[in-house]
Amino acid sequence: MSGGAEYSVPVGPIHAALEEPVLFNFKVDGERVVDVEVVPGQNHRGVEWMGMQRNPVQVIYLAEKICGICTVCHAYSFVRAVEHISGIESTPRADYIRAILAELERMHSHLLWAGIAAHEIGFDSLLHYTWKVRENEMDLREMITGNRVHYDMFMIGGVRRDIKQDQIPKILETLKYYKDNFEKLGKLFLQDKVIKMRTQGVGVLTKEDALKLCAVGPTARASGVPKDVRQDQPFGAYLDIPVKAITPDALTGEVHGDVYDRIIVRLLEVKQSIEIIEECLKRMPEGPILAEPNITRLLIQLKKAHGEGIGRHEAPRGEVYHYVRMDASDKVTAWKVRAPTYANVMPWVPMLKGQQIADIPIVAASTDPCMSCTDRAVVVKEGQKPYMISGEELHKMSVEKTRRMMA
Amino acid sequence: MNPEEIVEKFKSKFGAGVLDAKVQTKSGGVSKTQYHFVWMTLERPLLKDAVRFLASEWQPHLSVISGVDLGNILELTYHFTVGWGVRLGEIPVSIRIDLPKDDLTVPTITDIIPGALITEREKQEMLGIKVIGIPDARRLFVPETFPEGVYPWRKDATGVQPEHVKKLWEVGRLKLTPTGQGVAVNVEKAAAPSAPAKKENAGAN
Repeated sequence: MSGGAEYSVPVGPIHAALEEPVLFNFKVDGERVVDVEVVPGQNHRGVEWMGMQRNPVQVIYLAEKICGICTVCHAYSFVRAVEHISGIESTPRADYIRAILAELERMHSHLLWAGIAAHEIGFDSLLHYTWKVRENEMDLREMITGNRVHYDMFMIGGVRRDIKQDQIPKILETLKYYKDNFEKLGKLFLQDKVIKMRTQGVGVLTKEDALKLCAVGPTARASGVPKDVRQDQPFGAYLDIPVKAITPDALTGEVHGDVYDRIIVRLLEVKQSIEIIEECLKRMPEGPILAEPNITRLLIQLKKAHGEGIGRHEAPRGEVYHYVRMDASDKVTAWKVRAPTYANVMPWVPMLKGQQIADIPIVAASTDPCMSCTDRAVVVKEGQKPYMISGEELHKMSVEKTRRMMA
Repeated sequence: MNPEEIVEKFKSKFGAGVLDAKVQTKSGGVSKTQYHFVWMTLERPLLKDAVRFLASEWQPHLSVISGVDLGNILELTYHFTVGWGVRLGEIPVSIRIDLPKDDLTVPTITDIIPGALITEREKQEMLGIKVIGIPDARRLFVPETFPEGVYPWRKDATGVQPEHVKKLWEVGRLKLTPTGQGVAVNVEKAAAPSAPAKKENAGAN
């Protein structure tokens, strides 16, 4: 369906499926996307500026609130940066508890994403199944941290709550539940004919583009870039427990860099996270969970801290990078947060070019953006009255494409 | 690859142009394995050559560019990582240049690393620097309604002033005006009709 005339189709700016808003301006020729421009900043909260008005302990809580899904990774990166500046080292036991939290976060985040991916192509029974499976893990995190979403577990020099001996059987039981269900999930996502049709060869990001555009996380790994902070520059418990970056050729022997490969990488990472948590529980040393349990004394120490530090962590979506500078004052002088979606905005462009409009939801969601789109869309033809497509309609188009392919 | 080697290579290439170089070493876990960070301050005109050199010697990944207002100067730090793909092989290399406040310009590096565009655009709007040769100079995160000439990360007169900070508990929510693009709902008004209805019910009881 190509009439030669190009239309522009903005998709956004208000979210529908995930959190945070983003606007896509598409140029389409018939059903085909000719060009795309990504416009973030629909709801910039100025978190970094707010952080620069606070002391480092206050910033931890702010950092956690950057994102509800990857609350661990921002707090972890920030406290690492401050620990590098102040010389306060986290205790070995805290390192292990941090790794367990981080891996639990990865498991839930990837499962959440898998459900959304299924929903985007109209496979809603799989969405409900995946999210049902995810619930067990939410309960587990509530048991360990006291909360399902924002845990406030991190402190400079350690963590705020211990994992008690009587909690370990429950953790092992939940991990066993995931191991038992893993085969089934793998089969549902990777062998289903419809999912294969909708995701193979769709939204391709070549290795060359991934490198050039500084892609991170599963998005980069699915394109064959073996980049993972836990492997490349391990920290904390990852220094004791080796982690290997997962690329899709581990399963299929090939790298295509399409949406299907991104599903493979994330599913294998869920399994990898289970193994890491088991290893952490086996090796977890005894000892204190905080280097300095007295917050007043900690703050006095931090007030003298001078210098700059980098805190990095492999979040579910990729590398998180925090740069912090402190100048012996009660406030943080500078704080720069680089979340993985920031780095994965530019790779969206080659992924979406040449795709059909009905593929926009699944391709856009395939980087697991920490912001989303498709609440409403306006189709504009030069000099004519614009008309709207709602997010639901766009979703319907995607579902209809699946139906057509099944027929 | 070890961190000293990176510093040595830069020193032999740029000589006195490397104003400062240090290696930060940290450790963790039970094994106390060490890992390193490299920090270098370069003379300002060398930035582009340094990035080109880095790209030719290693395969660098640009994480982000950070910037700090230090009074008379703005300090820009380009955070790269090199040696990724191998366990314990990666070293973050942060290259810094100082910009005097009266000449806040820096050349773009998007011709060497195209992925730098997003972070260069952010530095322009947040710090008020000018990136020469940037392929897309528009704002990125800052909304269109944000005043011109205000740069959130600056700590001088062009930074965020107290009058820019809106305290919602003092001023209340923005009154919405129809934009013609959709229906604006005034939350207070929409909620209003139900309130008297409740009162009537209460009276009847």
